[in-house]
Amino acid sequence: MNPQLRRVARTAMGLIIVLIVATTYWQTWARPGLAARQDNEIQRVAEFQVRRGLILAPARVLARNRAQKRGGKTFYFRRYPQGPLAASVVGYSTISRSRAGLEKSLNGILTGTDRALSDLVDQQLDHLTGKPIVGDTVVTTLDLQAQRVALDALGRNCGAVVALDPRSGKLLVMASSPTYNPNLVEENFGQIDRIRANCQPAAPLVNRATQGLYAPGSTFKVVTAAAALESNRFDPDSNFYDPGYCTVYGKRVNNFDTSSPFGNLTLAQGLQHSVNSVFCNIGKALGARKILEQARKFGFYERPPLETPDVERYPSGLYRNHDLWFPKRDQDVDAGRMAFGQERMLVTPMQMAMVAGGIGNAGIVMRPYVVEKVVSPQGKTVSRTRRERLSRAVGPVHAREIEDMMVSVVQAGTGTAAQIPGFRVGGKTGTAETGVPGRNTTWFIAFAGREGRRPEVAIAVALENQYSTGGATAAPIARQVMEALLRPAANP
Amino acid sequence: MSARNRELVTLLLAGLVASAAFASAWIQSTSAIDYGWVPWAALLGGVFVIAHIVTRATVPHADPTLLPLAALLTAVGLTFVYRLDPTDGRKQLVWVAIGVAVYSLVLLWLRYDYRILERYKYLFGVSAIVLLMLPSVPGLGQRINGVRLWVEIGPLQFQPGEVAKIFLVVFLAGYLRDKREALAQGRLKDFGPLLAIWGAAMLVLVQTSDLGSALLNFGIFLAMLYVATNRLSIVAAGLVLFAGGAAVLYNALDRIQQRVTVWLEPWTDDKVYCTLNGALEYRQNCDSYQLVKSLYSIANGGYGGTGIGKGTFQTVDGTPLIPYLQTDFVYSALAQELGLIGVAAVLLLYLAVVARGMRVALIAQDGFSKLLAAGLSFGLALQTFIIVGGVLRLVPLTGITLPFVSYGGTSIVANFAMVALLLLVSNRAVVTAR
Repeated sequence: MNPQLRRVARTAMGLIIVLIVATTYWQTWARPGLAARQDNEIQRVAEFQVRRGLILAPARVLARNRAQKRGGKTFYFRRYPQGPLAASVVGYSTISRSRAGLEKSLNGILTGTDRALSDLVDQQLDHLTGKPIVGDTVVTTLDLQAQRVALDALGRNCGAVVALDPRSGKLLVMASSPTYNPNLVEENFGQIDRIRANCQPAAPLVNRATQGLYAPGSTFKVVTAAAALESNRFDPDSNFYDPGYCTVYGKRVNNFDTSSPFGNLTLAQGLQHSVNSVFCNIGKALGARKILEQARKFGFYERPPLETPDVERYPSGLYRNHDLWFPKRDQDVDAGRMAFGQERMLVTPMQMAMVAGGIGNAGIVMRPYVVEKVVSPQGKTVSRTRRERLSRAVGPVHAREIEDMMVSVVQAGTGTAAQIPGFRVGGKTGTAETGVPGRNTTWFIAFAGREGRRPEVAIAVALENQYSTGGATAAPIARQVMEALLRPAANP
Repeated sequence: MSARNRELVTLLLAGLVASAAFASAWIQSTSAIDYGWVPWAALLGGVFVIAHIVTRATVPHADPTLLPLAALLTAVGLTFVYRLDPTDGRKQLVWVAIGVAVYSLVLLWLRYDYRILERYKYLFGVSAIVLLMLPSVPGLGQRINGVRLWVEIGPLQFQPGEVAKIFLVVFLAGYLRDKREALAQGRLKDFGPLLAIWGAAMLVLVQTSDLGSALLNFGIFLAMLYVATNRLSIVAAGLVLFAGGAAVLYNALDRIQQRVTVWLEPWTDDKVYCTLNGALEYRQNCDSYQLVKSLYSIANGGYGGTGIGKGTFQTVDGTPLIPYLQTDFVYSALAQELGLIGVAAVLLLYLAVVARGMRVALIAQDGFSKLLAAGLSFGLALQTFIIVGGVLRLVPLTGITLPFVSYGGTSIVANFAMVALLLLVSNRAVVTAR
């Protein structure tokens, strides 16, 4: 019997060897894949044993940790001392609802997993000695004072305010309304669910600054004007005749106020008073694709760069059936209507702030950023964000011309409510009508700075469901926020 | 050095390793360095010293490695059961003591000649079948986790399958020794009883929905049949029969179908029908929840493991992650805390037990002894393979215990009885060889 016994013995031992091989597979090859799975709670438990890095605004703590001992393990849960103030940027990190905002996109930095190899070795040593892993601290560029002004000014309206430093791309304000208290996400989500505002659904978790897609209305005329000047077929003094309407495809498209046609006027005056027919004619002359190419130079058709999660930033552009769409032929799009911000053009406040900033910064759009620097737990600066050019949107001469036109809008046009004494302010209003009173989306985009200097602030304000115009609703908010940024002492 | 002295030295080494493991589990759970673990180590050590003394008195020439190997595996199991649930740990310690008592009784009872067992082979055979059917007797059987494996008599829970396995091996060793020549000739009429066994295996499968136990018993049967007849064709025919039977039953038994589905595709990208609540769910959140969580646990161990007592078996809010962790899934706890290095070492311990058991079969002089030792050893290997392979997604997952390690009284007692039988065979082989 011995020969067959040996064979059976070999089979039996082979079975155990197979088990060792299979265990090796799961513990080595398959390990990273399994660790990355959403439903892997072990990973979640491990993540909550990490003392996450802080998130700071220059002088304030936006996110910190609260240690809690449970079942022999120390867990660190997030607290947000500023409550709703910076929620749309910072987001949250919770057990039950995962993460959002910078807490999500910078998870690797905040949990110390993105570190260099030598630091990771130290980390492993700490792990052996039972010390918790401590993540890196993130310092943001947000100006909390102005952020507070923006949120207060938005009030119960639905909408958003985005303010940038156009010279560097630094994000100064990003307010979305209604917002939420990130401390409640874990403990009392029902309370967030019950938030009501001047829109349906109120969706407080949506960051309207980068996820709100709105019809740009007349603010898009800035892009059209840029395309017009860049084509070299128009200049600010080009003459137009305004009959009070514009004819596209045989249909009349009226100005905002049809009762008093402007008659003969220049392109500059057209922008100053936001005359639809002027831009309608430019659109027809240039064609849709030319204008869209110009929009693309401002950053349209891409997610605006920022450190927040990709999924929380939508690209601006023409949308067809909920998909971003760039027409292959000019005749697929009504260029006349698109030129003054109608058609299926949808934009985010973030993108429009970049447009205003690009004009204010002599035609160069700087890459927006919100993370000033990353600091190790020992206080060493790990990395610092350098300002970087995103694109040249307009030539410097044309940029200057549009800048002047926008200044005249604030001085004696539709945007006078945005004047700040002692500062040079340029802007453009927008009122995207839906045909239903009380359902207008109103806009104001602007830049501001000291006389004779490059603008220090660029801003976009968008409000949903308004009865009035952008000049009356959005421009005052823009002024308040810009004033807070330009004159910090004025708003203690 | 004599065999028994070697056994004692190895046992002491195993005791050192086990004490270190248990001490670290203890210290981790109390977060303080104290000596509360010492009584445990002393108790367990004492139990095995008694086992050693009985072994010395009854089977002095038997293989010196089997008892220490079993002791070390038992201690690792006890450490983990204690670490996962201290109450179960206490019970397990009592069961180990009972197991060693049964071990001693078997040695004392059969110390002159274990081959008297052969006389009662049909009694063992019938008992095995009865034991296997017991869980499906109404009022007696307990359906746990959808599988009928348990019998409840008063406060006592009992897993008859564990005992039936040994009885079956005894029966087959006796029966096959008698009939091996006739069977080897391959005449159809001699296969009647074997077909009956196949039928019984299928019947048990239907009654208990327990694929694992059916596979284990049928696998042991085929291995022993092969050893007895040296006819691969018979094994092949047996496999075909089993596969055919299982395929027919596959369509009839939802439980088995579900296990196979979970095995083939534990993760789904879309929501699928969930058999637990009838709703649409991702399979990883429903039917394959247990398997998937267990794989996460294993993967989390990596090369070195988290260390004993430092693994994650609960969510942040304290709910257990893996149901049946101490019994069916104890391997995934081991794998997480010991890592690849530790768990491979544990598997090598099983390999050593199997190898030594097979060696006993090789040196044994008579057919009954050879078949008995081979059947028991192969059974141990196959059982380990079925449960660990199930946890590792090599085969469909079935709920049987990991020998010596899983929490469960019957399993511990049966495995110690098995070691006693192997030692008896070994002792006799060495004595007659002289």
